[in-house]
Amino acid sequence: MQRTPLFAAHRSLGARFVDFGGWEMPVQYQGILAEHTAVRTSAGLFDVSHMGEIELRGPQAIAATQRLTANDVGKLGDGEAQYSLLLLPSGGIVDDIMVYRLSANRILLCVNASNAAKDLDWVRTHAGGAEVVDRSAETALLALQGPTATRVLARLTRTAVDALPRFACRELEVAGVRVTAARTGYTGEDGWELFVDAARAAELWSALLAGGDVSPVGLGARDTLRLESALPLYGNDLDETTTPLEARLAWVVRFEKGDFIGRDALIAQRAAGVRRRLCGFVLSGRGIARPGYSILDQGETAGRVTSGTQSPTLGKAIGLGYVPPDLAAVGSEIEIDIRSRATPATVTSLPFYRRTSAGGS
Amino acid sequence: MEFPEDLKYSKEHEWVLIEGDLATIGITDFAQDQLGDIVFVELPAVGDKLVKDDAFGVVESVKSVNDIYAPLNGTVVEANDDLPDSPEMINEDCYGDGWLIKIRLDAPAEAAALMDAAAYERYTAEEGA
Repeated sequence: MQRTPLFAAHRSLGARFVDFGGWEMPVQYQGILAEHTAVRTSAGLFDVSHMGEIELRGPQAIAATQRLTANDVGKLGDGEAQYSLLLLPSGGIVDDIMVYRLSANRILLCVNASNAAKDLDWVRTHAGGAEVVDRSAETALLALQGPTATRVLARLTRTAVDALPRFACRELEVAGVRVTAARTGYTGEDGWELFVDAARAAELWSALLAGGDVSPVGLGARDTLRLESALPLYGNDLDETTTPLEARLAWVVRFEKGDFIGRDALIAQRAAGVRRRLCGFVLSGRGIARPGYSILDQGETAGRVTSGTQSPTLGKAIGLGYVPPDLAAVGSEIEIDIRSRATPATVTSLPFYRRTSAGGS
Repeated sequence: MEFPEDLKYSKEHEWVLIEGDLATIGITDFAQDQLGDIVFVELPAVGDKLVKDDAFGVVESVKSVNDIYAPLNGTVVEANDDLPDSPEMINEDCYGDGWLIKIRLDAPAEAAALMDAAAYERYTAEEGA
């Protein structure tokens, strides 16, 4: 398995490790529930250096990004980021990504670890005249997330980070270490993703934890946090057979921006109507929905759970899954097949959890 | 890591307290530590039969679903009714308030085949942390 530059740091913090996409990653330190709570109430720090960083450079960088992605990078100014998708010609999703417009000639794509090799290949194939640079090996990524995250960051940098809006992206010096900082994240809380040279990752990690008011957080809590916020996970909720129109991601697709890979297929699907929709549900009966469990409509199999867990913040079992469009309406009564027992659940509006104070998600 | 001396242990990381032909069953400190935060537990009903080595219930952590296996043959006489609403008791007090069920043993002599504390501790060291 591969290891990030922070492996020794995780071990010294007592982390338990898991194989994630070929990387030996911390799943928890003190415990998933405690770490989840830390991110919701103060601040947590994630090592997500296993993710991939691909840059498109040169005068063709924007055009290549427009061709490869569903969202409209033309709407970004320099120093702004957006959530986006790499699509197949069929409209199926290659990956869900973040796009950072560093400048007109430099676009950074942050991609899922499990898809890094596939995405690099895909981007190289369709980059046209843009230069493609794989920066993954030399780049580490730390995510500082939670209601006190910005206060922690502000302590360590001269830049007035609190004034930066969500999705802003800037070069900063944090504890003397140069980073590309973006006010983005995957938890539903305020927070920052910090791209740093692999060689200085350990130094930055230590500096962020030094104040004693930030908890290290593993992939276990990362999953419960993102699911409460109804953020999809590639491999569970998204794959190459799912389209954005099915997956509640129609808002990401900017049909009017011009041509892009997958556009025609999605226009056709939009006209014909989708055959399934991703929905969120809460269990009313006892039990926890897990990926792969069947969703029933009056006893008949109608769909499948793609993500599920016991929500620490809500104290209820929640999940996402694909169902026929008419069953996806909020309030629909469904059942989840849990060990051959049809367990009642109700389709609910999303997200399950939303931060209520200003400056949050 | 605790291995109380007065208990017997199974290869599936259950503990058993034998009192005549009654046995109290739970999961061990090693098991709860491996599982992490426990968020759901499913227990059999009073009157259900336990068949040795068959699954009789489920313990779910945040990330995993785990069968619990019968260490002995018997009939359920009591289930821990406080546990379903507070599954974290298994993490907090696995040998006390986190007990799962009490059974009447079909054959108390079967308990001799279970491991004692020292043997179980050695067994967990072999399994690895």
